[in-house]
Amino acid sequence: MEVRLQNVEKSYGSVKVLKDINLEILGAKTIVLLGTNGAGKTTLLRIIAGLDERDKGSILLDGKDADERELRQIATLVFQKTVMFNTSVYGNLAYGLKIRGKEDGEIKEGIARELHTVGLRNFEKRKARKTSGGEQQRIALARAFLLNPQILLLDEPTANLDPYSATIIERAIMGKKGKGIVILATHNLSQAKRLADAVVHIYEGKIVEIADPEEFFNNPRSEMTRKFINGELDY
Amino acid sequence: MHDIIVGAFWKALQMIFSGNGEVYATVYRSLYVTGLGTLLSCSWSIPIATVLGLYSFRGKWFIKGIFSSLIGVPTVALGLLLYLFMSHSGEFGFLHLLYTLNGIAIGESILVTPLIVSFTASALGAADVQLRDLAKTLGASGLRCNLAIMRETVWSMVLAVSAAFNRGFGELGIAMIVGGNLLGETRVLTTSIALETNLGDFDIAMAYAIILMAIVLTITLVINLVERIRQEEMPWKK
Repeated sequence: MEVRLQNVEKSYGSVKVLKDINLEILGAKTIVLLGTNGAGKTTLLRIIAGLDERDKGSILLDGKDADERELRQIATLVFQKTVMFNTSVYGNLAYGLKIRGKEDGEIKEGIARELHTVGLRNFEKRKARKTSGGEQQRIALARAFLLNPQILLLDEPTANLDPYSATIIERAIMGKKGKGIVILATHNLSQAKRLADAVVHIYEGKIVEIADPEEFFNNPRSEMTRKFINGELDY
Repeated sequence: MHDIIVGAFWKALQMIFSGNGEVYATVYRSLYVTGLGTLLSCSWSIPIATVLGLYSFRGKWFIKGIFSSLIGVPTVALGLLLYLFMSHSGEFGFLHLLYTLNGIAIGESILVTPLIVSFTASALGAADVQLRDLAKTLGASGLRCNLAIMRETVWSMVLAVSAAFNRGFGELGIAMIVGGNLLGETRVLTTSIALETNLGDFDIAMAYAIILMAIVLTITLVINLVERIRQEEMPWKK
């Protein structure tokens, strides 16, 4: 799949959050979005996920302009703040599959498989909202994996997690490399180095640098990016 | 005063366990009119609340305000209005609802509508916005999103309906004016209390009041217990 964002813009009231975003993702790549708080990473993820409407620009999927409904059919977003339905872990994971008309047997098998992937075997019957923050993030990830989206969007999936949970999540994401487009927003520079095929730096709603991790971290073209990497950029 | 209350408790127990048919019938009639009224009201209140809670449109806040302000409508005023409509010369006189249990039920269904609409719409509106986003990103659209939110707020709806039931169960104006408090026909707990008080039989009036409150408390406690079990917060596990 090829995804092209052309001149995408988004404002909330009088505040322009995304300015003239142009981004090309060709094939099954892992793209990491880096930027300060409020840079526009989450907004960009939400627009690609089809959850927010862009004010200007287009998002082309294999050359065809896609609207929000079409984007929601192929993209799934895992939120930074986990959201669980008030039901069991099984109920949460099965939700998307039931909408897609999957059979019970297939659902059960898929859930067991993805819970194993995220290190939560036999968690099916637990109340999702009564699990820990780290467990909920892993459940949210498993829920997204189950749908096998063509574009998987992750908004700071390991923020505020203990090292064990963070490692499991990263391992799970690594396991999905090459199987689809993954776009991940993070503040964690080492995580970006480990996971990214390409790194995108967003500053005040604009893309200031796109490069492979080697070039991005060792020889950034943009002064803003250099400052960001060195921790000199004001939030 | 203390003696009256204590005496009333014993009187209430006597009335319940004496096998007095009229007491049981009065309780049954109360439960019937309020149960039917609440059920009828749900049939239109919940769809209205869904529209008010989940959709945005011009004038929404005005309509919500109207329903909120009607929660406290005096039951005697509503009862009088319904009497005029249901009487022989009224627009709905042909339905012969005046001085019937069904007439009271219809009156109570109108009485509790603002309560169910307001509370349910508030619960739906307050549901986590991210729940809708979650449903959407997992593939739900339109109706399915709304169903997901309704499922998450179903318990708030149950509480709204139980509050409505309690309001209807304890109201007097509609039961008295529309029902007429006819012995063996439309006499319910609240009208019995009013009647016995007027007759000076305070112990019987108090006894009926205790029965009424016991029913309301029992229903409320059962609902609370079900909610706690649902949330797996059983007190004996602590």
